[in-house]
Amino acid sequence: MKIDNTLPLEYQTEENSNRIFGFWLFLGAEIVLFSTLFAVYFTLWTRSGNGPTAQEIFQIKPVLLETFLLLTSSFTCGLAIHSMRLSLKKPALIFFAITLLLGLGFLGIEIYEFVTYVHEGATLQTSAFLSSLFVLLGTHGAHVTLGLLWGSGLMIQIKREGFTRDTANKSFIFSLYWHFLDVVWIFIFSFVYLKGLM
Amino acid sequence: MKWDEFFVTGEPMIYGAMASIVLVSLAILFCLTYFKKWGYLWREWLTTVDHKKIGIMYILSALIMLFRGGVDALMMRTQLAGPDMKFLDAQHYNEVFTTHGVIMILFMAMPFIIGLMNVVIPLQIGARDVAFPRLNAVSFWLFFAGAMLFNISFVIGGSPDAGWTAYFPLAGIELSPSVGNNFYSIALQIAGIGTLITGVNFIVTILKMRAPGMTLMRMPMFTWSVLITCVIIIFAFPVLTVALALMMFDRMFGSQFFTMADGGMDMLWANLFWVWGHPEVYIVVLPAFGIYSEIISTFSRKNLYGYKSMVVSMIAISLLSFLVWAHHFYTMGHGAMVNGFFSITTMAIAVPTGVKIFNWLFTLQKGRIEFTTPMLYSLAFIPIFTIGGVTGVMLAMASADYQYHNTMFLVAHFHYVLIPGTVFAVIAGMYYWFPKLFGFRLNERLGKLSFWIIAISFNVTFLPLFFLGLKGMTRRMYTYSESTGFGPLNLIATIGSAALAIGFAILVYNIYWSFRYQPRDTTSDPWDARTLEWATHSPVPEYNFAITPNVKSLDAFWFWKKNKQPLFEGKIEEIHMPNNNGQPFVLGVIFFFFGFFMIFSWWTPAIISGIAIVIMLAVRSFERDHGHHIPVKEINKTEQQLRGDKA
Repeated sequence: MKIDNTLPLEYQTEENSNRIFGFWLFLGAEIVLFSTLFAVYFTLWTRSGNGPTAQEIFQIKPVLLETFLLLTSSFTCGLAIHSMRLSLKKPALIFFAITLLLGLGFLGIEIYEFVTYVHEGATLQTSAFLSSLFVLLGTHGAHVTLGLLWGSGLMIQIKREGFTRDTANKSFIFSLYWHFLDVVWIFIFSFVYLKGLM
Repeated sequence: MKWDEFFVTGEPMIYGAMASIVLVSLAILFCLTYFKKWGYLWREWLTTVDHKKIGIMYILSALIMLFRGGVDALMMRTQLAGPDMKFLDAQHYNEVFTTHGVIMILFMAMPFIIGLMNVVIPLQIGARDVAFPRLNAVSFWLFFAGAMLFNISFVIGGSPDAGWTAYFPLAGIELSPSVGNNFYSIALQIAGIGTLITGVNFIVTILKMRAPGMTLMRMPMFTWSVLITCVIIIFAFPVLTVALALMMFDRMFGSQFFTMADGGMDMLWANLFWVWGHPEVYIVVLPAFGIYSEIISTFSRKNLYGYKSMVVSMIAISLLSFLVWAHHFYTMGHGAMVNGFFSITTMAIAVPTGVKIFNWLFTLQKGRIEFTTPMLYSLAFIPIFTIGGVTGVMLAMASADYQYHNTMFLVAHFHYVLIPGTVFAVIAGMYYWFPKLFGFRLNERLGKLSFWIIAISFNVTFLPLFFLGLKGMTRRMYTYSESTGFGPLNLIATIGSAALAIGFAILVYNIYWSFRYQPRDTTSDPWDARTLEWATHSPVPEYNFAITPNVKSLDAFWFWKKNKQPLFEGKIEEIHMPNNNGQPFVLGVIFFFFGFFMIFSWWTPAIISGIAIVIMLAVRSFERDHGHHIPVKEINKTEQQLRGDKA
């Protein structure tokens, strides 16, 4: 195992540094995945059939709150990684915890939003527009959910082992993932909600 | 659900298949127990993370799938042998051409290519293994789970029957109410995830794990082709993932993506499918070009002509491959501008491909050509593939395509591209790299015999289809009347396909024969080849190279042999290797059941197995496995044994 101590902790073994590179490639695939979902949405978003249109169901308030929560969580995630770089275990854990709680809040509002839609008679089955909306938002939401599970597992490992080469590597990769979800959300916020409300 | 809805019933051939599946499974279980091979199977194969063994498993699965897809093909050809044949009914014929297409592309061509990639790439770049050996095993087991899931559809639940392209609205729940197309969406999804992971794994491997001194422009051409292919995989496969997921939502959860009412758009499926589907063609054909480049250069005893232009043309092909998808449905009416654009991009692909053809020809020029079996396949590839390419340019002309669209002309075209382009290449690659894996060559006489039968009968099978297509015979029609006049040419094609089957049977027999009787090679470089994989022993030890090679030029091994340019400098040191692990196999099994329950919409077991998958991910995350080190003493001992030193 080749070890290079001049690099940051998460990059020090060759294997770990490959993992980070591999994860970047995986995020490339994720960009294609979400781009495809966006393309599907843009193709279908005016095709609401007998169901409600985007303008009729979108509400700015919960969406703004979701955006605020997720963007803040991205910031605290960055702070967690900053603490990790300074080898501060406890602040890192606290920031990770805040990140995940904010993520949980985001998810709660999204679920509430979905329930509201369904109550208004706007379901996955109603129209092509709603199918593409639910699947695009749902895919993002599923990613956040997985992130919550992943992050919780990661926190247990950091608590047990502190920041080793392994846990630092895992934390860094997790942060890449979390920031990526944030970027996707910015696109959803701008091109799904704001565009739909106009 | 009643049992006769669960199992496919009412067809004597299917009952025969069921009985043979049960018998073969029992025979395998009995043999494993009788010869006490369970432990061996688990330790050496099911838990392995060794790229060479994973490659062998990929290739074995691909050969089995070649058999399955080949039987489908023979059934179709039998049904079409004469007018008004009653061998298959319309429904059965639909299922057979669907599974033939899916299996040949996704479960034969892809795994065969990925198998060769696994075997060769780490050796060619002088690495110990791929970047993520455990993930590599996950890729394989996900592919295998998907393949098995897809294959059981013909006895359980019924096969998909909407063509390998599964166009909507035909593939929707309204017109295809059976679970057949659920098999399509779920099984391909699982296998597709495996492929995507392979793409990531090999890019990291090739970019980060090359031996010292091997710059990008010193990489063997096969490595280059795989690198470019993996980039295409990363950009193309997520589109398939989305398309299949939307298909699943439409069929199982009542969404309206591709339906005909409530705003759905059936053409969206065709677009998504081909945005993946056309690059997919290049995913299977670019590595094949790489294989041919290696073989042609080895057996011409010359370096590859136009190395840089080979690389540039492959990159050009990979970019263009994403800009041609609409040529698969010119006739669906997207207007002259769109058709014109896609027509031009499609024809443009012929340019870089032509560059490659000329490079191979110039490599051959004034070479000392040796007609070995892999070389014969490579030489046959050039003219046959050119016919496929030229008819491709004919099809690319949008206005003329209205005449050829969905006719046998198209069927002939893509078989002329894919069989010499991919099948010949993987067979050639198998013959070429076989001695590296097993320490002996496949028999050349049997090899050449099967080559000639395959090459000639391929043309007998598919050349008539061009003319049938021009006469107006459409693809996927399960029968025709005598007055159409399609009979004689179809009969010739059917005879050709039978001969093709004999050719493949000889190929398989050759593997068996060579295992038993072929003399073992004493040299690790039987072909006098040029690239690094031939610099280590055959069969290759677990750690690939005792000393990491130090690359000073392109074809470094060749110049080491001919000019005594140093290659292995330094001494043997401890080698770090990954540990075997059973988790990838278990994950594959869970994915199989998860997929099966999803297909039949059995939600409770599906959720339970879904949770099991998440638990497996968590187990992996909490595990700390840093592999093991092979001590110098053991390496020295292995090296001595492989060199054949007396103790």
